[in-house]
Amino acid sequence: MALKMIETALDQEEILAGESNSLLSRIGNTPLIRLHSITAELPKKVAIYAKAEWFNPGGSVKDRAALNMILAGERSGQLTPGKTIIDATSGNTGIAYAMIGAARGYNVQLALPKNASPERKKILENYGAELILTDPMSGTDGAQAYVKSLLAENPANRDRYFYPDQYNNPANWEAHFNGTGREILAQTNGRVTHFVAGLGTTGTFTGTARRLKTFDENIKTISFQPDSPYHGLEGMKHLETAVVPGIYDPALVDENLEITTESAFEMTRRLAREEGLFVGVSAGAAMVAAIKVAQTLEEGIVVTIFCDSGYRYLSDRFWDEK
Amino acid sequence: MATKVFIPTPLRQYAGNQKAVNVSGETVGELLNNLTTEFSALRKHLYNEEGQLRSFVNIYVNDEDFRYLQGPATNIQENDEISIIPSIAGGKEA
Repeated sequence: MALKMIETALDQEEILAGESNSLLSRIGNTPLIRLHSITAELPKKVAIYAKAEWFNPGGSVKDRAALNMILAGERSGQLTPGKTIIDATSGNTGIAYAMIGAARGYNVQLALPKNASPERKKILENYGAELILTDPMSGTDGAQAYVKSLLAENPANRDRYFYPDQYNNPANWEAHFNGTGREILAQTNGRVTHFVAGLGTTGTFTGTARRLKTFDENIKTISFQPDSPYHGLEGMKHLETAVVPGIYDPALVDENLEITTESAFEMTRRLAREEGLFVGVSAGAAMVAAIKVAQTLEEGIVVTIFCDSGYRYLSDRFWDEK
Repeated sequence: MATKVFIPTPLRQYAGNQKAVNVSGETVGELLNNLTTEFSALRKHLYNEEGQLRSFVNIYVNDEDFRYLQGPATNIQENDEISIIPSIAGGKEA
């Protein structure tokens, strides 16, 4: 299995070879940033670092999985010129598909709940994606169901569309096994002791945790999720009540934390003011979780993921609270 | 007067697996209070420990966000429909 993964990585480099100045070659290899002031109360030998994923060209961690799923589709022959990439996502994966689709010449169709923000819809439309607006009451699960039924109702649609299905596609977590996890080991010189990440598609957690544990099984890998199925943490899922993604591997979870939306909002505001890090809500949640872990340690290096930037959430109300 | 309240998919498990329930109340606040009295498991998902609606909870009166009306004090008219909408980032417009 490990060997196969390495081949996958080489394939990816090969496919993008000769494109060293290309937009897509800039996906991954994001900076690892050390937190200072919010962590001032922690013991001196405990540090928290975050992967600054908004440095990806599409502005989020989702560029990694989207690119790898598209390249894997090309490699397997499931994605060929003229096909349309279709998926359900109101968020960063949609933006990543739209950007990569534009750069590689594919049409992109995205199902998203009707109440997605106007600026989100504009970003997608300006990349040339076609939007299908679904019932706001069913959230992103409803958009997902729409795409599945569209593909199921007409077999001809299978020839017309490429459906990456990020919840069940191994190329999702492999992007993090070959990218994020490998980068964290290199950037900490293998000194990372704890890894903390949220669960959505579970690709980031699964792939990164698997890589870290392959390197050293003593590295603790800790997941977090919202405290309720009704929450405001973009991209996160409450797994007890959601459809559990096929790529999820509970054996990799040493501990799972529940984070309230309110604590994430508060931390997101603090990261901007106290660290100069203008990040999205899930990054705030990641920081809350990372601090919870760090507080239990006397010594260690805790690494987490800041998925995207605050610019994506400018119209949200929480910036003005308190 | 009973008003129809639409329950989003993630919360239906706490409301007898119903898509919509009829609840009485003169204002949105009163109605939500009655709703979470009848279905007490819903309460902690909608209200914080201080008994205020959690800040990310989106309530719509017909097609209007109740924050742009009078919030919990918004009066309910006959035939109004109330929806509790899942929050999605930047999700402001319905």
